[in-house]
Amino acid sequence: MTQSQTQNAVSLKMSGIRKRFGATIALDGVDLEVAGGEVLALVGENGAGKSTLMKTLAGVHAPDSGQMLLGDQGYLPRSPLDARHRGVAMIYQELSLAPHLSVMENILLGMEPMRGPLMRWGEIRRRTEDALRQVGRPDIRPDEIVGRLSIAEQQLVEIGRAVAVGCRVLVLDEPTSSLTQRDIALLFDLVRRLRSQGLAIIYISHFLEEVKAISDRFTVLRDGKSVGGGRTADVPADKIVSMMVGRDVKDLYPRSPRSPGPVLLELIDVTGRGGKPLSASLQLRAGEVVGIAGLVGAGRTELLQTIFGLRDVASGRIRVGTFNDRAGPSQRLAQGVGLLSEDRKTEGLALNLSIADNLTLSKMGPIVRPAQQDTESRRWIKELAVRCRSPWQPIGDLSGGNQQKIAIARLLHHDVDVLLLDEPTRGIDVGAKALIYQVIDRLAASGKAVLMVSSYLPELLGTCDRIAVMCRGVLGPARPVAETNEHRIMLEATGTHPELDVPHLRPQEQSR
Amino acid sequence: MTDTLPPEPAAATLTSAPPAREGSSGRAVEWLAKLGPLIGLVFVFALFSVLVGERFYRTDNIRIILEQTVIIAVAALGMTLIIISGGIDLSVGSAIAVVTVVVAEMLNRGYGGPLSALGGIGSGAIMGLLIGVLITRLKLAPFIITLGAWGAYRGLARGIANEQSVNVQLDIIPAWMKGFLRLGSESKWMVFPSGVYVTLILAILMALVLRYTRFGRHVFAIGSNENTARLCGVHVDRTKILLYTLAGVMTGLAGLMSFSYITQGDPNGSAGTELDIIAAVVIGGASLSGGQGTILGTLTGAVFLTTIANGCTKMGWPNWVQLIATGAIIIVAAALDRLRHRRS
Repeated sequence: MTQSQTQNAVSLKMSGIRKRFGATIALDGVDLEVAGGEVLALVGENGAGKSTLMKTLAGVHAPDSGQMLLGDQGYLPRSPLDARHRGVAMIYQELSLAPHLSVMENILLGMEPMRGPLMRWGEIRRRTEDALRQVGRPDIRPDEIVGRLSIAEQQLVEIGRAVAVGCRVLVLDEPTSSLTQRDIALLFDLVRRLRSQGLAIIYISHFLEEVKAISDRFTVLRDGKSVGGGRTADVPADKIVSMMVGRDVKDLYPRSPRSPGPVLLELIDVTGRGGKPLSASLQLRAGEVVGIAGLVGAGRTELLQTIFGLRDVASGRIRVGTFNDRAGPSQRLAQGVGLLSEDRKTEGLALNLSIADNLTLSKMGPIVRPAQQDTESRRWIKELAVRCRSPWQPIGDLSGGNQQKIAIARLLHHDVDVLLLDEPTRGIDVGAKALIYQVIDRLAASGKAVLMVSSYLPELLGTCDRIAVMCRGVLGPARPVAETNEHRIMLEATGTHPELDVPHLRPQEQSR
Repeated sequence: MTDTLPPEPAAATLTSAPPAREGSSGRAVEWLAKLGPLIGLVFVFALFSVLVGERFYRTDNIRIILEQTVIIAVAALGMTLIIISGGIDLSVGSAIAVVTVVVAEMLNRGYGGPLSALGGIGSGAIMGLLIGVLITRLKLAPFIITLGAWGAYRGLARGIANEQSVNVQLDIIPAWMKGFLRLGSESKWMVFPSGVYVTLILAILMALVLRYTRFGRHVFAIGSNENTARLCGVHVDRTKILLYTLAGVMTGLAGLMSFSYITQGDPNGSAGTELDIIAAVVIGGASLSGGQGTILGTLTGAVFLTTIANGCTKMGWPNWVQLIATGAIIIVAAALDRLRHRRS
């Protein structure tokens, strides 16, 4: 570390920020303040204006009115580059690294130290090593190709880039969405270290547990306005949720009387090709919801894909109702099994096709009648309160929550009996989440079987009847929810390393 | 869930997103964008009508324009299918040459008109099938496979033809075959030669297939997102093989038309035609990244290309002007298309 950043500590103040796109008011007078050496959490539902606000800060959008102060100087960046020169750096959810270049080329991209036309590689390497040391990973080699690093390491490289340019305000947008619990803990350590170096940090997250764990203060955005905030330690999580939604969220997880019926899906020591899953046995009954918890990379998605026939079974048996054979996706659908993908963009939906096509894709006769597609789509749009102009609108135009409703509607429309749901509420707002929980509950009550993978434990505990934990490809026994809790699940998920206990997931009384 | 979920008004009110924009202006823009290529065509046609005068817009010149469009248009119908599925076929020009040679050889060996025509179309289908099988089995990009086929099929045409043009006595070519792109004096009542009508019928069929059959919707789904298609139980490989075969049939028909026009098997003919065909599809608004494209657009694009060529000739402009104009239009069309997507 060559210089102490503490001397550069600076506070950021945004007041009365307004921004309008055509007829839509995205920001309607937002106030926000963060001091050097402080972590501010910015929370709000999707569409509340968080990303517009941060893009205004990062110089992507110019505000229509309002004032920004960086230290005691006015701050109005003309471009992201300008913002970067002033010391404001953003780490977006989608990392912006060149995967084919090395770590050091990435870290100093666009500001390479030169001697005439030649790169000063020694200097580049030295500054990269500095930056990596500052983010706590001096073991990453400067000439490693970025594409070979894990997502968590790539994220650190990106943060390292921000540090290397001497950033004073760091914005992290949903930084944990693709990290394992262990990497999250490491990231939190880094954030705390950067805070102690005097950086002003804005942390955007959907996960209130994270907000509670990492932030000093929080600000809630709703409908483009800042509607509240305070010291994080003083305000309980459900209060923050109420501020986000604008009303009390009671019964987020409804639970109708459920009566488990016959076994619809049975896994007998299933091993997938490539060892994911390594070993999975499970009985899923009609009328019950079974959750699968585990760390990212434990093989949960692969398990669902294996059941659905997207991956080959290496050994073991999968029985669906009376069907005992191996089957591909189309046969599974015919047997009444449907899969909701965790990744809407690359797998779940055909984004430039219409809502109607996406909804009816799995269930088309040889002749497709648009009028019928229209009627069917309108029914589901109404049923699930999907916000859209018409069934023929490209589904990519919709918000994440509304896209997810259509992805689920596809399974409902197909009328499958066994639903394999992979992270059904990832990246969607609280309102859409609540609706999806209701749908799951009603599905179970009506005798369907639901197998649900989620990394969000409160959701699993809230919706499931039984929860099984997957660790390194091995699926543990499914225990009734009454007999387990977040702490136990995390211990089981981290396998032989109970010391890797993640601070923000400890039972409530232990945190703060 | 057997049928419907009981109504749950609370759920509807929970979502706090602003109400979606409803209105006719959005739809009007959409329609305008859809008709963009057609509007461009009308504009270019009007322009030449003013510049050239009556010689340009009178019926027999329009007939010439349409006759010149047929070969490109028929092949472009197949290419539309391929491009919507996210693929590309660089081998069409070579495949057309193979078809002309096959038809000529078969006629010369006395198979007669109908069988020779079927042989030509069949050879097109087989060449398409082979491409489909290679793409799905080897899991290589269509660009690579068809780049190989571009060379291989050209070689095949030369091999079959023994490196020479295959001449056919005019009297063994049946009249209906000769009439595809030539309007005989006894059939003036048809206004256009039969090839134009065949193209129209094929276009309508293809449009219906794309919109109203499961196969057609699956082609769109594969082009938009292959993983989604797989997730929804679409037989991706089977659909791809079928669509390349169907496109091969179109190539066969285009080759047959080409033969009927030049009345010989030309192993060196139609070089570079594949690019005109792709251009027609792209001008018509299809996206090379897949999931998008229309038959009406493709037809418009094909007519667009020949209209420009014809207009430039009528103006007495040298060929290089025409080449530059065509090139510029391809780029402008793609840029306009991109603009429209950014707006929405």
